Amino acid sequence: MSAQPAALRSKSELIEKWSKPEVITGSEMLLRSLVLEGVECVFGYPGGAVLYIYDAMYGFSDFHHVLTRHEQGAIHAADGYARATGKVGVCIATSGPGATNLVTGIATAYMDSVPLVVITGNVVQSAIGTDAFQEADIIGITMPITKHSYLVRKAEDIPRIIREAFHIASTGRRGPVLIDIPKDVSAAKGLFKPVTEVNLRGYNPTVTPNKLQVDKLLKAISEAKRPVVLAGGGVVYSGAHEELLKFIETTQIPITTTLLGLGGFPSGHELWMGMPGMHGTYTANKAIQGADLLINIGARFDDRVTMKVQGFAPNAKIAHIDIDPAEIGKNVPTDIPIVGDVKAVLEILNREAKRTDLADEWRAQIAKWKREVPLRYEDSDTELKPQWVIEMIYETTKGDAIVTTDVGQHQMWAAQFYKFSKPRSWITSGGLGTMGFGFPSAIGAQMAFPDRTVVSINGDGGMQMCAQELAVCAINNIPVKVAIINNQVLGMVRQWQEIIYDNRYSHIDLAGSPDFVKLAEAYGVRGFRATNKQEAREAWEKALAHDGPAVVEFVVRKHENVYPMVTQGNTIDEMILGDA
Amino acid sequence: MKRHTISILVNNQPGVLQRVAGLFGRRGFNIESITVGESEEPGLSRMVIVTTGDDKTIEQVGKQLYKLIDVIKVVDLSVSPMVARELALIKVHAEPSARPEILGVVETFRASVVDIGASTMIVQAVGDTDKIDAIIELLKPYGIRELSRTGVTAMIRGNR
Repeated sequence: MSAQPAALRSKSELIEKWSKPEVITGSEMLLRSLVLEGVECVFGYPGGAVLYIYDAMYGFSDFHHVLTRHEQGAIHAADGYARATGKVGVCIATSGPGATNLVTGIATAYMDSVPLVVITGNVVQSAIGTDAFQEADIIGITMPITKHSYLVRKAEDIPRIIREAFHIASTGRRGPVLIDIPKDVSAAKGLFKPVTEVNLRGYNPTVTPNKLQVDKLLKAISEAKRPVVLAGGGVVYSGAHEELLKFIETTQIPITTTLLGLGGFPSGHELWMGMPGMHGTYTANKAIQGADLLINIGARFDDRVTMKVQGFAPNAKIAHIDIDPAEIGKNVPTDIPIVGDVKAVLEILNREAKRTDLADEWRAQIAKWKREVPLRYEDSDTELKPQWVIEMIYETTKGDAIVTTDVGQHQMWAAQFYKFSKPRSWITSGGLGTMGFGFPSAIGAQMAFPDRTVVSINGDGGMQMCAQELAVCAINNIPVKVAIINNQVLGMVRQWQEIIYDNRYSHIDLAGSPDFVKLAEAYGVRGFRATNKQEAREAWEKALAHDGPAVVEFVVRKHENVYPMVTQGNTIDEMILGDA
Repeated sequence: MKRHTISILVNNQPGVLQRVAGLFGRRGFNIESITVGESEEPGLSRMVIVTTGDDKTIEQVGKQLYKLIDVIKVVDLSVSPMVARELALIKVHAEPSARPEILGVVETFRASVVDIGASTMIVQAVGDTDKIDAIIELLKPYGIRELSRTGVTAMIRGNR
C-alpha cells in the first residue's frame, strides 16, 4: 500500500481506487475497510492471532496506530478518542489475554454508550473450541457488555461486517461492537469489494418522536409551576447542546446536568443548578424533590442520580426523552415517554415551547437556594486542598481544556469545581466507574485534538492502574498534562469508611506508592511536585507551558470529603452538607 | 405475576440462542420453557419463550429483546387468543398386565403409544401445558421411568 499520508487520500479517491475487484488478504480488507470508515487513529497491541493484521499494517500509513503498553490502555484511549470526537473509537488486540484485557474497557464504553469498534484476533477456526493456546471465547465473555458482536468466518465478509459494526456503534444508542477475527480469516485471500449499504432488518432506531407524546409534554410544560430539566449524556452524544440551550432560554426551566451531561449546558448559566444525585448540589437535589414536572432529557435515571427510587421526585409528573426505549420506565415510572433522538426531539419542542409563566416563584426559590447553599469547601493556607487544585486548573486552562478523570473523590471534585461550558470537553467513566480510565482516555482525546490542552486529573490510586502508558506519551510526544491529586489513600473508600463504617479504615492506605515525579522522569516525561498553593500554581503553569507531556503531583490533605453526600437508602434531599 | 408466552423472530445466526437466553439470565427474567426452530422465512428462526413477570417486567423483556440486533420481532402471544402446544414423551413402566389400563389413559388424552418394550411403553402426548401435566399425573402411579417435554410453542389464532 502507498505510504502517502492519510490527509492526502480522500475517501472518494480510495473508493475509486479500491472499487475494482481485487484479490487481497482478510487483513488488507480490514485495513481498507477501516480507512473507508474514515478511521484516522487506532490503538492496539499485537500478538500471535493478529500477526497477519499487523503484518498488513507494516508501512501502512492511511491511519495512525498507537502502540500502548497494555490492552486496557488501548481501549480506554479509543474510548477517550470517541468521547472527545463523537466518532467511533477503534482498538485492536490479540486473542486470549489480549482480548480479555479489553473487557473492563468494553464494559466502560457500554455503560456510558460510547461508540467503539473493538477488533480481536482469535485462533484459527479449526482450533476454536479446543482450548488452544491463547484461546478465549471473547464473543461469549463480552455478550452482556457489547451492543453487538461478530465472529468473522470468511475474509469476504469483512467489508460488510466492518460497515455494519460502524453503523451499529455510531447510531441509535451508541455502544461498543466487537469483531473477532480468527487467524486463518485474516490470512485468507478473497475478493475485496467495498460495502457502502447497510441492511439490518432487526435494527431501526427511532429518531423522530411520537407527536402525541411531544404535545403532551408541551401541555405539561405550559401548566408547570415547578418544572425541572434533568439533562444527561444523550444531549452531548446527539450534539444537541445548542437546541438544549434554546429550549431552556425559551422555557426558562431550571436545569441540572448529570455527570455525563456536564458540558451539555453552559455551567455559568443562571438557570443551571449543577449536578444532581449522590454528590449533587443542594439546589439540584432540592429542586428535583420539589418539582411538579421533571423532564429527563437523555439521562437514564441511574441509581447515583435517583438514590432511593421510592421517594425520588415524589411530586413530579415525569417526562423522559431517550433514544433507547428500554430506558424509559426501567428505573422510574414515567408519565410522558418520548422515544427519539434528543436533538430531533428538542428541535420539535423548540418550535412550540413557551416560557413557563407560572414558574416565576419557583425560579426565585431556586435562585435563593443557589445563593444560600452553594458548593463550598474550607480552604486552607497551610495544606493544599484538592478542590482548590481543581479551581486552579480551571483558571489556568481558562475552562477551555479537555478534562479526563479517573474515578473517586477527585472525579467528583472535578465535576463540581471545573465549570464546563462546551460539550465533549469532559471525559469520565460514569456508569462503570472504572479506575485506570483517566490517564489513557486522555491519550485518546489528545490524539484526536493535538492542539488542544488535554488535562487528565487522577488520584494516586487510579494513576497506578494505567501508569505504564506514560511511555506512550513520551515516545510519541503526546502532550497530556497529568494532575495527580495525591492524598496517599483511596479517598472515596476512606470517606465511606469514615461516614458509613464508623472510621474503620480497612486496606485503603496507599503508602508505598512511587515517587510520581521520578516515575514520570523514568519514562522521559517531565515531573513536578507541589505541596502548597504557590508551588502548585508554579508547577502547573510550568507543566502547561512545557511542550510535551508532564505530570504534576499535588500532595493534598488526606482527610477531605466530597460534599454534599447522600448515603445509600436515602432520598436525594437527605444530604450531608459537610462542615464548610 | 402472570405467565406470558412470547414469540421472538430472530436471525438464524450462530450464537443467537445464547444472546437471547443470556439476556434473560443477566436481567433476572425467568424462563419457564424455550423452544426454537425454523420459521416460515428462510434465514429466520422463531423462538417461543414462556416467562412470568409483572407488567413492568414483561415490558422490559420486550424492550430489551428488541435491543438485540438479531431480533426482528417480538410478540406477546398471551394477550391474544392463541394456540399453545407442547409435546411430551413419557416412558412409563408397563408390565403386560398394566397395559390395558394405561392405554385407556392414552386414549382419553388422545395421546399415542410410540414404542413398546418388555416392561415399558413410550407415550407421546401433545397439548397445552395443563393437558400434559394432567396425563403425567395419571401415568405416575404406574411408574414414570423417563420424561422429556419440548416446552411450549405457540401462535395467535385466526388471520393475525
